[in-house]
Amino acid sequence: MNQPTPGQPAVPVLALGDVLLVSLQGELHDGMAEQLQHDITSRVATSGVTGVVIDISGVEIVDSFLGRVLAEIASTARLLAARTVLAGMRPAVAITLVELGLTLPGLVTALDVDRAMELLSRGGS
Amino acid sequence: MRVSEQDAAGSAPQIVGSFLEQRKEQIAQRWADAPLFRSVFTVSRDEAVEACKAVVEALSEVAVSGRLEDVRAPGFGTVREQLGRMSATRARTGSTPAQIAEEVAGLRAPAVELLREEFADPATPQAHECVLALTLLLGTLRLVVMETALDANAELIERQRQQLLEVATPVIKLWEGTVAVPLIGTLDSARSQVVMESLLEAIVDQRARYAILDITGVPTVDSLVAQHLMKTVAAARLMGAECIVSGIRPAIAQTIVQLGIDLGSVLTRASLSDALAYALGKQGIEVSRADAGASAR
Repeated sequence: MNQPTPGQPAVPVLALGDVLLVSLQGELHDGMAEQLQHDITSRVATSGVTGVVIDISGVEIVDSFLGRVLAEIASTARLLAARTVLAGMRPAVAITLVELGLTLPGLVTALDVDRAMELLSRGGS
Repeated sequence: MRVSEQDAAGSAPQIVGSFLEQRKEQIAQRWADAPLFRSVFTVSRDEAVEACKAVVEALSEVAVSGRLEDVRAPGFGTVREQLGRMSATRARTGSTPAQIAEEVAGLRAPAVELLREEFADPATPQAHECVLALTLLLGTLRLVVMETALDANAELIERQRQQLLEVATPVIKLWEGTVAVPLIGTLDSARSQVVMESLLEAIVDQRARYAILDITGVPTVDSLVAQHLMKTVAAARLMGAECIVSGIRPAIAQTIVQLGIDLGSVLTRASLSDALAYALGKQGIEVSRADAGASAR
C-alpha cells in the first residue's frame, strides 16, 4: 500500500475473497479521497479482485467532489474488470445528492454491505 | 415629527385615557351586553364584564401612551390573547370577518356616548377632539381584533397543511422487500420532499429492494411533477432500491408524451399490480393459483 500522508490516516482497504471492502467513516478530506482512489486502483490491478464494495454508511456528507471520486473509482475499477458497488447510503445523503443533481448514474448501489456482496456474487456467477 | 404632532393635538389622548380608566366599570357593563362578548362568555355575565374591563384598561394604556393608531402598541399585548379567543369563537360560530369587524365597531357608540356626557358642552373643540381620539382608538382596536383573527386562521391552515402532509403519504409494505407509496393529490415540492423522506426511511427499515410509486391518485402530471418523480426515483436508486412508477392513466401518459417529458430513466408500469408482479418476478417469487382440488374443504 502507499504510505499515508503524515497526519492523515489512510482509509483501510480490506480484501474479502474476491472482493475489496472499503468502509468510509466520518468526513473524508479531499486528500484522503484521492489517496483512496489511488489505493483501490493499485489493489485492484495487483490482486485481480472482481468486485469493490464501498460502504458509506458512516458518511454524513457527500459533496460533488466525493461524488466524482466515487464515480471515478467505479470507472477505473471497471477498466480493470472489477465491479464497484456503493453500499449503505443514508437517506439524508441521498436526498442531498439528488437535490444537487448528482444522481451518480454510472454507479451500482446497494442497501448495505450484505446486499452489495450478494449482488457481486450473483453478478459474478 | 410625531412628537410635535402630538403636542399640537393637545392632551386629547390623555383625557381619553383617564376617561377610560375612570369609567371602565360603566363601559364594561354596557359592552358586556354586546353580542361580541355575550356569545363568547356564555357562562356568566361577570366574566364578560371582567373581559371588557381588561380591554378598556388596555385601551386606556394605549391612549395614555399616545399611540392611538399603532396596532403594535404595547398596551394591546395584554388583551391580544383574549381578543384572539373572542374572534376565534365568533369565527367558529360562522361569523365572517366582516361581521366580526362590525360587532367590534358596535362597541364605539356606547363609549362615545359616555364620553360626551363627560363634557358640559359637547360642542367645544376639545370635546370633538376627544371623541375623535376615542373613535380612532376603537378603530385601532378593530384592526387588532382582525389581525388576531387572521393570525388564528393562518395558524389553523398551517396546522392542517402539516396534517395533510402526514396523512397523505403512507408507505405500505406490499411484500417482503417491496414497499409502495400511493400518491394522492397534487404533488408539489413540499409534498414530494416528504414522500422522498418517508420512502427512503421505509427502504432502510424494511430493507426493501423495490419501491413502487403509485400515481393513480395524482390528477395531473406536468413537467414539475415529473421532475419530482424522477428525483424520488434517483434517490431510491442511490439507496440501492429499484423504483417503479405505476398507475399512469392513459390521459396522463398522453400528456407526458405531448409535453415531451423524458421518463426514459424511470421504470413504469400501467397499474400497481403490474408493478408488484414485476418486483416479485425480479425477486424470483412466483404467485400462482392454489390447485382447485387442494383448496377444496
